[in-house]
Amino acid sequence: MFRSINNNQSELITIYFEGKALRVQKDLNVATALLEAGISNFRETTIKNENRGPYCMMGVCFDCLINIDGMDNQQSCMVKVSDGMKINRQITRNTSQDEQ
Amino acid sequence: MSNNEYDIIIIGSGPAGISAATLADHHKARVLVLDENCAPGGQLYRAIEKNQKNDNEWLGQSYQDGLPLVEAFRESHVNYQRSAKVWHLSNDKVVHYSVNGKAHAAKGRQILIATGAQERPFPIPGWTLNGVMSAGAAQILLKESGVVCENAVFVGTGPLLYLIAHQYISAGIAIKAIIDTTPRGNYLRAIKYVFGALGSIKNILQGWRWKREIIRSGTLYIYNISDVKINGVNSVVSVEYCQKGKWKNIDCKYVFLHQGITPEINTSLSAGCNKSWNERQACWTIDIDQYGQSSVKGISIAGDASSIAGGVAAAQRGSIAALNMLCNIDIISSNNREVFSKPFKRKLNAEMAARPFIDTLFRPHSRYRVPTSSNTIICRCEEVTLAQIQESIALGCKGPSQLKSFTRCGMGPCQGRLCGLSVSEILAKELRVSAKQIGYYKIRPPIKPVTLGELASLDEA
Repeated sequence: MFRSINNNQSELITIYFEGKALRVQKDLNVATALLEAGISNFRETTIKNENRGPYCMMGVCFDCLINIDGMDNQQSCMVKVSDGMKINRQITRNTSQDEQ
Repeated sequence: MSNNEYDIIIIGSGPAGISAATLADHHKARVLVLDENCAPGGQLYRAIEKNQKNDNEWLGQSYQDGLPLVEAFRESHVNYQRSAKVWHLSNDKVVHYSVNGKAHAAKGRQILIATGAQERPFPIPGWTLNGVMSAGAAQILLKESGVVCENAVFVGTGPLLYLIAHQYISAGIAIKAIIDTTPRGNYLRAIKYVFGALGSIKNILQGWRWKREIIRSGTLYIYNISDVKINGVNSVVSVEYCQKGKWKNIDCKYVFLHQGITPEINTSLSAGCNKSWNERQACWTIDIDQYGQSSVKGISIAGDASSIAGGVAAAQRGSIAALNMLCNIDIISSNNREVFSKPFKRKLNAEMAARPFIDTLFRPHSRYRVPTSSNTIICRCEEVTLAQIQESIALGCKGPSQLKSFTRCGMGPCQGRLCGLSVSEILAKELRVSAKQIGYYKIRPPIKPVTLGELASLDEA
């Protein structure tokens, strides 16, 4: 379980993960905010449809990709949370079906 | 000079980048620093300004030592661009980067790549499961956000592993177990270098103190193991390790892996800089001369981005590279370059004297660099397994670039950063040649994914 041990907590804001409201500290990045809220399953992989979450937390591995405000492939460890932000798990779409 | 032209453009704001920038600014050069993060310090001194307010003493003295560097940098006139993603560096010294989705171009008379290091890939079964992160990630969570993970298992080797474990214990955070994968033979091999390292005895003793305090804290400390893997479906259920021929199990939900750090080479390689295989560090290093100048004229590299030497060395290498760049653009004379760089060289030499010892002691076992279990994922992005790579080799695949056509290995968004080193060594082992002969992926721009919208927003004027 991830938790904060900082004695100076920053102001709380609201973000939405899969439609559910979460109160998080405003100076966190998206990946950290979700981990602290107990969420570690950020996306479905493109080949094997397996669950995947953050690995490196420094912008190198691209495993923490997630949908932020309707936009896929956002590096959640590099983006700060903002009030009202809508975050969704990134799901692999079957392109051939989309085209039909 | 127009608005987007600089004497020196520095990529990265870790100890190398900010030391170089501050010194160049002191000599009145026009300097631009591009930083992917939102505050200076790099990974080593990440969020150091923020942590002054939080009074988190468990972060330790080696971290606090970075504050004067960052403060001096903040007091300079350097143009500091935070949250800047560099996606192209041309060999004629034009840098393309994006900030908040808007692309920019800047031209430097000299370029310094100070992009630091990344963690070495640690491909073992289960390393892609939810709940597995790198030990560096645990450190970043702690430094940047004060976020910790209780009852995690730490697996691997290297100073960073002991550092994070020590920070956790000092902050009173329970660790379920530490599985130390340092090969037993490394201690014997490292002994012959210990005299060379006496100049840095302080650092070595500190490492021993960390380790001793970790053991004394009562944390389960496991060593002399011959193999390790992570079990689970979708998320972690347990870590399994083999000791004296017997497999043992530790139930856990979170695992932090670490197998040392390696240079960030993609930026340098994309600009055409020459590289070499470094057998002692078991990784690729970028060729530089004594001033940090690479094989491409006008492009220098400082700090761990060329070869791993640590943060104190990085600050010296940054300063020396800055003096050389200032000399190249006639701001200082070559005589002054020599005079001014003396104190930095002295400090650098003392740091470098300890490297053979540290590199040898923490050189990861080949088993953790080249996995043996065929279902191990090597390319995390494209989910390519060792078995698929072996099949491709059986079909006649001879090198990393060809492997891309066979399997898409290395073609995902991380652009080979988490598999490239493993691929060089796997091909070398299977084809019974050296990693040097195998080579590395051909790295082409953009070196970070960039959207069409970003490209269209570029104003070249």
